[in-house]
Amino acid sequence: MDSPTVAVHEGAHHEHPSYQRHHFVTMDQQRESASFGMWLFLLTEIMFFGGMFTAYLIYRNWYYPAFVAGSHTLSIVLGTTNTAVLITSSFTMAMGVWCAETRKRSGLILSIILTLVLGLVFLGIKSVEYHEKWVQHHVPGLRFDAMTFVHPKAEPGQPVEPGLPLDMAQHTEIYFSLYFAMTGMHALHMIIGMGLLIFMLIKAVQGAYDDGNIAFIENFGLYWHFVDIVWIFLFPLLYLISRHQ
Amino acid sequence: MSSIVSLPDQTTARIPKKNYISNENGILSWLLTGDHKRIAILYLISITFFFFIGGALAGLIRLELLTPQSDLMAADTYNKVFSMHGIIMIFLFLVPSVPATLGNFLIPIMIGAKDLAFPKINLLSWYLYLVGGSMTLWAMISGGVDTGWTFTVPLSTHYLNTNVVTTGLAIFVAGFASIFTGLNFIVTIHRMRAPGMTWFKLPLFVWSNYAASILMVLGTPVLAITLVLVVLERTIGIGVFDPSKGGDPILFQHLFWFYSHPAVYIMILPGMGVISEIISTFSRKRVFGYSAVAFSSVAIAVFGFFVWEHHMFIMGVSNYSTLIFSLLTMLVAVPSAIKIFNWAFTLYKGSITFETPMLYAFGFMGLFTIGGLTGVYLGSSGTDIHLTETYFIVAHFHFVMVGGMLMAFLAGIHFWWPKMTGRMYPEKISQLAAVVTFIGFNFTFFPQFLLGMLGMPRRYAAYPPEFQVLNVFSTAGATILGVGYLLPMIYLVWSLKYGKIAGANPWQATGLEWQIQSPPLTENFIEIPVVTQEAYDYEWLDRQKEREVTQVG
Repeated sequence: MDSPTVAVHEGAHHEHPSYQRHHFVTMDQQRESASFGMWLFLLTEIMFFGGMFTAYLIYRNWYYPAFVAGSHTLSIVLGTTNTAVLITSSFTMAMGVWCAETRKRSGLILSIILTLVLGLVFLGIKSVEYHEKWVQHHVPGLRFDAMTFVHPKAEPGQPVEPGLPLDMAQHTEIYFSLYFAMTGMHALHMIIGMGLLIFMLIKAVQGAYDDGNIAFIENFGLYWHFVDIVWIFLFPLLYLISRHQ
Repeated sequence: MSSIVSLPDQTTARIPKKNYISNENGILSWLLTGDHKRIAILYLISITFFFFIGGALAGLIRLELLTPQSDLMAADTYNKVFSMHGIIMIFLFLVPSVPATLGNFLIPIMIGAKDLAFPKINLLSWYLYLVGGSMTLWAMISGGVDTGWTFTVPLSTHYLNTNVVTTGLAIFVAGFASIFTGLNFIVTIHRMRAPGMTWFKLPLFVWSNYAASILMVLGTPVLAITLVLVVLERTIGIGVFDPSKGGDPILFQHLFWFYSHPAVYIMILPGMGVISEIISTFSRKRVFGYSAVAFSSVAIAVFGFFVWEHHMFIMGVSNYSTLIFSLLTMLVAVPSAIKIFNWAFTLYKGSITFETPMLYAFGFMGLFTIGGLTGVYLGSSGTDIHLTETYFIVAHFHFVMVGGMLMAFLAGIHFWWPKMTGRMYPEKISQLAAVVTFIGFNFTFFPQFLLGMLGMPRRYAAYPPEFQVLNVFSTAGATILGVGYLLPMIYLVWSLKYGKIAGANPWQATGLEWQIQSPPLTENFIEIPVVTQEAYDYEWLDRQKEREVTQVG
């Protein structure tokens, strides 16, 4: 056992944990590949949302009054709450990654559950907002009526907003199309993320991450933060147009 | 004619008993494989299947155009046939053709790795491709789609009662197959290179696939979201592309061509990589200006993102942006010309032999040059207004895609066939096929340049009688071309059993893939190689052989 070759062999064996895939030479290579792949995937996600941001940019320039009027129908309270909820969920996810790195199983499980709950709260608030749009006839294509923008109703305690000309009022449909497309695509990413969170929760309870094989959690963390960042852009673009007016 | 082919003694040679094909048996061992070589074979079989469907549709188109009247099929059937021809050929054949088959097979071997970085995602990519392909076939047999491959709004969203939604979603799914292939390649090329394999020792095939992967990763998601919006527009009428609601159809064009112009380079760049390998091997010379050729691939990928509007010159975009995009389009000619000139200089004073892959490569160089130069006509906004939407455009992109990419694909398949299967294809008949393809191709598509110049519009089942002579030429050529494509299909399958044993390095080429057994082991290399020589270093190869001889002697 004292011969140098055996020592080298043991050393080499130590460098190859059981979860290293056969085609990687070192564990570092495997880890770097996985995280590089995840960053590239997030790049494709940026391009994916980028198409909608481009459309938003163009239509907002064309139909600014309609975008302002549409934006004012959104609840700033619910939007802000949701932003806070989502940022907190990113924090709990970051705690989860940290717990996984330091091999704290119970901390990891708690973080995943908290992230899941916060994600559910976000989607719950979002569905309340969607429902409100449905009631107000602000769902493009399916249930839409622009007349509320031509003759706005006075809300208690607030001055009556001036109505839009009919053609501009009809363009609020474009605003709501983008609102639903962008927040809907964002919500879809959250739902996929929560599916993965449940998968991770089951694995974590089984103790699958106790051996340090946490690439999945780290990369999922990147994904979750990305979804958060998309919302950080969506919130001002959709909710905060000309709030001072 | 001299030849560089050196095969082992056929009386004693055997295919190595242990290789990636014989490693495991049973259908499940293929369907659940993580081996990049097996996935490449699965992809090869599936894209060949779709190529023949697309080709049959092309045959129907040419048959209809034999006569001026619309007599073989009704005009709306014709619309469905050419739409499906375009959709299948572009999304299900050309985009995955070289990357998903040859790229999948060779990139890990060329850089000295045991597999791609993400074998499971690689397999997922193939399944997504199959789902996308099946949905497209379903759309075709359940009534077809007649938007053309461009899904132009508001035609596709408001005026047609065909399977736009199914086809759109099919392309969405197939797009993710392409994204995953590209992502896998980029990570693999960055992180999995063998010791000593620096960026400038990489074979040019790897460089060009790397450049194409950048386009796949950055461009395809934009197409995906565009198709989602088209589907939403069509199903519930969200209004983003609907002018009656204030939406802008031109926005669709911008988003669509932002992917679909780079997609042209996704299709051609890997083919250019194949040509670099072949020209070098059959000239016995290092590729002239290696780094210029390598960087020109990346330059094409970068410039490719800034020229999309040249598809839209007649669609009501502003004159000033037309001017700028016209100028930017000319930029792409520079790296493309660098490649053609460098291949020509590689041939200069080389020891050229004329094996089948080289014949296809020559076909590529000539036809791609014509295709590229006619692109200048179309990129210049003035001539474009006369030529766009005519057969000139059809001829132009078929010269680039069929004359270019398909030639390169066949060149590559022949070149690496001995590596993939361990057996040689039959040389004489394959040379004949290459020549027949070249002749048939020119007969088919050169008359279409003339038709376009004369003003025959594309996408119509009927045409004025004065165009008939050239159309008959074109259809006759397509028949020859069809024979040219059937021949390899037959003799390549034949060669699987009866071909000569190829040995490890039938071409005496330099790449890492030729230094291992054919067909390779599942893990490619018994030991990860250490790379010391430059790419295409034929002097190094000669020295290797001299040393072998002296050792034996």
